[in-house]
Amino acid sequence: MSAPAATLSRRPPRRALNELVVTEAKCAWRAPLSLALGVLVPVTILVILGSVSGLKKTVPGSNPPVTYMTTYVPVLIGMVLALTAVVSLPIVLVSQRESAFLRRLSTTPVAPRWLLAAQVAVNFVLVAVAIVLIVAGGTLFFHVSAPAQLGGFVLSALLATAALFAIGLLIAAVAANRVVAAVLGTLLFYPLMFYAGLWVPRQSMSTAMRHISDYTPLGAGVHAMLSSMQGSFPPVQPLLVMAAWAVVFGFAAVKLFRWE
Amino acid sequence: MAPVIHTPESRKVASRSLAHPVIEVSGLRKSYGSTAAVKDVSLEVEDGEIFGILGPNGAGKTTTVECISGLRKPDSGTISVLGLDPQRDRAALRERVGVQLQEGTLRPQLTVAETVNLFASFYARPADTEELIEMLGLGPKRNAYYRRLSGGQKQRLSIALALVGNPQIAILDELTTGLDPQARRETWRLIENVRDRGVTILLVTHFMDEAERLCNRVAVIDSGLVVALDTPVGLAEREGGGNHMRFRPSKPFDDRVLTGLAEVGRVEHEGPRTVVSGTGELFNAVVHALNAVGVEALEVQLESATLEDAFLRLVQPASKGREEVTTP
Repeated sequence: MSAPAATLSRRPPRRALNELVVTEAKCAWRAPLSLALGVLVPVTILVILGSVSGLKKTVPGSNPPVTYMTTYVPVLIGMVLALTAVVSLPIVLVSQRESAFLRRLSTTPVAPRWLLAAQVAVNFVLVAVAIVLIVAGGTLFFHVSAPAQLGGFVLSALLATAALFAIGLLIAAVAANRVVAAVLGTLLFYPLMFYAGLWVPRQSMSTAMRHISDYTPLGAGVHAMLSSMQGSFPPVQPLLVMAAWAVVFGFAAVKLFRWE
Repeated sequence: MAPVIHTPESRKVASRSLAHPVIEVSGLRKSYGSTAAVKDVSLEVEDGEIFGILGPNGAGKTTTVECISGLRKPDSGTISVLGLDPQRDRAALRERVGVQLQEGTLRPQLTVAETVNLFASFYARPADTEELIEMLGLGPKRNAYYRRLSGGQKQRLSIALALVGNPQIAILDELTTGLDPQARRETWRLIENVRDRGVTILLVTHFMDEAERLCNRVAVIDSGLVVALDTPVGLAEREGGGNHMRFRPSKPFDDRVLTGLAEVGRVEHEGPRTVVSGTGELFNAVVHALNAVGVEALEVQLESATLEDAFLRLVQPASKGREEVTTP
């Protein structure tokens, strides 16, 4: 776009926003990349982990006492976020640009950024549904302790979501095509999940590794969510770390986004 | 306004709105890096006409309409569309100008009706979407997914989206590229219907038959410059190298009988046949002059210049300079 400032100026009518969100939801349902990756994969893992009897045991020395399963819930939520926001969302967004659909929109009164907003909104709802499924399902069936500090938990989850969506949007902004977007997202998925504690739980990490983990978006997210599940309001540091990722990457994505 | 009026359509246009331009482009220039895609384009499109932009690939046609539709910012020159500046008045312009892009696909997961309704929601005063779908012959396909449509159906959907906002001007780029002959003819009829409903149409094409059939006037663009602007018939006559009359004279005659005529440009002999090239009422003038000297023209064949002849003469190979071509 030659004059992005002008395209960002006008808010479209409510009718257009509603229609955009509804059609994006239909597209997400009919080509369910985000749905399959971001919801089904983590929920399936929850069910598999929940069937492992050893994970029902209480973590020794935890206070208040929580099961090993509980410590996995924030990691699974991190996985929902990484798969939805970092792996699938950039592919969906870059496809729009590649197919010139964004360009097609820019000839109408509705600027193409509103399509992106609708897609982010739909993916946000998907993430919320997945988180509710994991927490509720885990609590009901798999010996997970319900988040004792619900406000702190929601705040932590929201900040982690914001940080991961910002990273995904930056990938969508800079990736030349959908293959690059897929490769970047997948490459980023592994370190994000490693430091979230998918393979080595955070409590088992060496001090140096945990120190690095504290500054990654999902390391901070898991830290904050687990504290609130255990009943205390999350510490300030992980919240600030997530907010910083959200602001820096979100700003960069908006600055660098290519419309065609 | 061009003086030559040949078709019922152009006559109607002329009577409806005399010289009232809805698009005015003056001295348009646009470069990408060091390459000038458009060097100097000026043209006016009248209210209610179908105006064609004709030119070889890479001539600057698409860049010109992209500047007119506000998708690109010109380096210099002025553009006024319905009195609006495409850069400054983007929002107002987009309500009133429908655009069909050369490339670009729609969402494969949406049906025809869903796509049309989505785009209708973007406009303040959209067309009746059901009526539009019917008018474009997409009624039976209204619940078909975009990815299941044929090339012609996709093209008609794309035209529907250019019309869904009830525009005063529709800009259509490469309207029938990739369509089979029958689909092309159907599309042409459709475009004429749209024009008859009062929509001004700016059509980008590289098909001569399309321009000849549809356009009230055409601008030929080559290497970023307008090299000719007239009605298709006017262009063919003026720039097409004239008409040719081929015949066998009943007895030999002096060429000067014909070369002196105003209509005749050249007289050549091919064995027993004579080929006379010229303009205007060539046939009548030649027959009349021959009769005066007692010669009959036998086995007469007439060839009139086409828009394609004119186009091929106007659009020169890159080796020849543009300087020698005069712009009308």
